[in-house]
Amino acid sequence: MAFIDYYQILGIAKNATEKDVKNAYRKLARKYHPDLNPNDAEANKKFQQLNEANEVLSDPEKRKKYDKYGENWERGEEYEKYTKQQQQPNNRQSAYTGNSSGFDGFGGDDFSDFFQSMFGQGGGSARGRQTKYRGQDLNAELHLELKEAAETHKQALTVNGKNIRITIPAGVENGQTIKITGHGGAGVNGGPAGDLFITFIIADDPHFKRDGSNLFTTVKLDIYTAILGGEVTVETLSGKVKIKVKPETQNGTKVKLKGKGLPVYKKENEFGDLYLTYDIQIPVNLTEKQKALVEELKTEAEKAKA
Amino acid sequence: MGNLIATTEICTYHEVEYGFINSLNEAGLLDFEVIDQTTFITVDDLQKLEKMIRMHHELEINVAGIEAIMHLLQRVEQMQEELRTLRNRHRN
Repeated sequence: MAFIDYYQILGIAKNATEKDVKNAYRKLARKYHPDLNPNDAEANKKFQQLNEANEVLSDPEKRKKYDKYGENWERGEEYEKYTKQQQQPNNRQSAYTGNSSGFDGFGGDDFSDFFQSMFGQGGGSARGRQTKYRGQDLNAELHLELKEAAETHKQALTVNGKNIRITIPAGVENGQTIKITGHGGAGVNGGPAGDLFITFIIADDPHFKRDGSNLFTTVKLDIYTAILGGEVTVETLSGKVKIKVKPETQNGTKVKLKGKGLPVYKKENEFGDLYLTYDIQIPVNLTEKQKALVEELKTEAEKAKA
Repeated sequence: MGNLIATTEICTYHEVEYGFINSLNEAGLLDFEVIDQTTFITVDDLQKLEKMIRMHHELEINVAGIEAIMHLLQRVEQMQEELRTLRNRHRN
């Protein structure tokens, strides 16, 4: 467990007055307050550190103890005695509990282990004013593959030790957040519960590039089919399809497969398109006969030009 | 009336003066519903109100400042959304 320099966090000297502490905290809180930094986990973390530093340095008793043991806090004799007194079952729970389905929580506003071991479990009770009547909002991330985003499905999650089932609507985008009303922290004194916000992280797909509900992919096409026309098998999200190739298809030609993209978010039976780009393959390792035929073709082509 | 909360209840809980909540209403930052001379807000607005109370209490920002911040926050959120869409488009 690492020592935390609360003075450094607030950017003040060891001999700072109570007023200095207050001013430094206020100034930095205005910069990093979560309400002013929406969706910014880094600012959130900084704000937590600020709160913890302020909790210790603005309380004369805590500050005295912190100053006394400082970096040697783990070795202090009195500290050891103190921790013995403080040893209560430590059942601190992390704010979010993940499960094996790629559900990662972030956020949470617990104080650091350093703080907890120096000031105990109840040490943070006085922190701040009770600013919430409504329960706390919870944030979580859910990782999906592109294919999973292509159909509406239900998924079970464990949030704060509770199991909930959510419906993931088809067509969710990477980074999109949905709100599950009332599944955040419980309200206080009869206040309403907070909400659960789930942000979807959709992994890059090796085959398809996505823009909204449209998908893009490259299809390798042999030169003979490109010249003579024919058929090619194309992979789509819903399986393989055979499509016709026009004779004399040029490299880089784009073809739209209507409705073979992703479902449009929250619009039933509306789908985006799949755009194919042909990548014509030049043959390699030609046999002597093949080379001779190509030579012949070349001669023919030159004759036709002239 | 399950989705309405009396402003007096919020004032008591948050130790905030009615005048503050009223000035948020006057600034157009919060809608009131008045039933039998009692003012209520909707549960949906509670989150926004608590955010504004925090700005006022924890950061000592006055109503004019809150008004400017709420406006800018809305723009930040819009831009974050736009940025997300653009980033997704330029992936790979």
